Amino acid sequence: MPLLEIRNLTHRFEGLCAVSDFNFTLASNELVGIIGPNGAGKTTVFNLITGVYRATEGSIYFTGNELVGRTPHQITKLGIARTFQNIRLFKELTVLDNVRIARYGQAIYSPMEALLHIGRYNAEEKRITDHAMELLSIFKLDDAANERSKNLPYGLQRKLEIARALATDPQLLLLDEPAAGMNPNEIKQLMEFIGWIRKTFQVTIILIEHQMRLVMGICERLMVLDFGATIAEGLPAQIQNNVKVMEAYLGKELVK
Amino acid sequence: MPKLKAVYQTLLNKWYAVIAHRFFWPFFLIAGLLFSIAASSFDLIDLYVQLILIYVGINIILTISLNLINGYMGEFSIGHAGFMAIGAYIASLLTVNIFPPSAINFLFPVAVLAGGLGAALIGLLVAVPSFKTRGDYLAIVTLAFGMIVKSGIENIEAIGGPRGFLGMEKLTTLPWVFFWTVLSVWVIRNLVYSNFGRGVLSIREDEIASDLMSVNTRQVKVIVFVVSSFFAGIAGGLFAHALQYINPRMFDILKSTDILIMVYLGGIASIAGSIIGAVIYTILLEVLRPLGIWRMVFMPLMLVLLMIYRPRGIMGLREARLFVPLRDLLAVKFWKQKKKEADDAPA
Repeated sequence: MPLLEIRNLTHRFEGLCAVSDFNFTLASNELVGIIGPNGAGKTTVFNLITGVYRATEGSIYFTGNELVGRTPHQITKLGIARTFQNIRLFKELTVLDNVRIARYGQAIYSPMEALLHIGRYNAEEKRITDHAMELLSIFKLDDAANERSKNLPYGLQRKLEIARALATDPQLLLLDEPAAGMNPNEIKQLMEFIGWIRKTFQVTIILIEHQMRLVMGICERLMVLDFGATIAEGLPAQIQNNVKVMEAYLGKELVK
Repeated sequence: MPKLKAVYQTLLNKWYAVIAHRFFWPFFLIAGLLFSIAASSFDLIDLYVQLILIYVGINIILTISLNLINGYMGEFSIGHAGFMAIGAYIASLLTVNIFPPSAINFLFPVAVLAGGLGAALIGLLVAVPSFKTRGDYLAIVTLAFGMIVKSGIENIEAIGGPRGFLGMEKLTTLPWVFFWTVLSVWVIRNLVYSNFGRGVLSIREDEIASDLMSVNTRQVKVIVFVVSSFFAGIAGGLFAHALQYINPRMFDILKSTDILIMVYLGGIASIAGSIIGAVIYTILLEVLRPLGIWRMVFMPLMLVLLMIYRPRGIMGLREARLFVPLRDLLAVKFWKQKKKEADDAPA
């Protein structure tokens, strides 16, 4: 059984077709890239998978569960986590709290126990905090645990966002333009970092990216979107020489 | 100047040592309770001052409970006085019409609790539909709710209609106010420093990200709203038995605005701020009484200045160490200590 299977996924915003007839199958431990020019519908695909938008047509199966119609927090609990194109940390909260919030679904105690700090509260809080701190120390962020996350430098904020996503114990990690705003040197580090995450946390990864250098370097398979339609699919080397892809990126005239 | 700074630092460290002591809270609570009992039974302090202290306590409960919605969760509720009214009327009906007068002193906490539970139930009915959608509907829904409660009570002749309701004994004494204030501060502090509390904060910071990080945002919002209404109801019950007379106009939009002012004066998302805001506002209103009508010019002016110079209030988004549980305050330190011990163990 594939980890993720998307069939005939279509999404329209008031007549504008953001994603049309998208088909996609993902096996465990793959690292797949989704590329395409601005407005191609890449982020919309992520929003559909994670339940931020509800698909107009089609279905998404994750480990056999239908995702269309479920709320984001239910989908996250099933094992899908994501980061955002423009970093969306909880800015005024500490680094530790950012990660602890992502353990929300894993904490088991009732509102009554929370109001009175009794019962399972103490043991569960200790478990959540320890897990969050372990994760932060793996990412070498434990020294900044008490900082407000808005005070972290940009690179560390990106890192924290990935750590926060991993705190939900995902099987599938969706990275939305992790290289945005990075220079070639940082992109090289990021490539190693993503490979390391994949190995350490045993996660399957889908990557949305603009930076060709990054996707060509690490992705095993690529999907190319343009105006919501899939225009090419295959190995990075095949995509590089695909005429349709060049047309989409450079315009028809230039390719001729 | 550097010397002054050093003195301040030493004093601050001393204070931190005092509040970290495990007898600090028990001592404070017992001392506070004894003082309030002594003050009210032997008339140690002036009755007028006692009444102001009672209002301070009630306002702390109102402020801290509204801060949960407006400060911690970042939504905007303007119907807090409505929940207060429900608590006030339920508690008053119980003590005047239902409970036997002989046992009224013992049954007073039950009446107040019933007022709180009634308000919480109505809070649940308001919260469930209003949190079905995302966005700023809560302000409008709660505004309408406040109006419905006021005109609803005005039209029920059985509880006095617009003339109001009286006959309550003066059951709200200083010890009871102290007890309920401490209880509400403690419970709300507990909620804030829990899994649900962090969920509440994340909703304020970024609701979509929060939902995507497995926070059941709707459940969290409903819990917060119900807890907040519960304490507004408690405050209402105490208020009714302090004043011994209530009418629907006491719980109109102006009352809700008063509570909003205390929240934003003290500072959003802060327990210490809520207490400071409630204390300053209540006392200033009394101190400035000689100004007469000019009081109502001075207070808004103060608010305008506050919004310009400290838009988040006196303690906005900051918390006094006093109210942070040690587990959270020292979480990182504890963890590092433990890790160091674990690392040292094999060597």
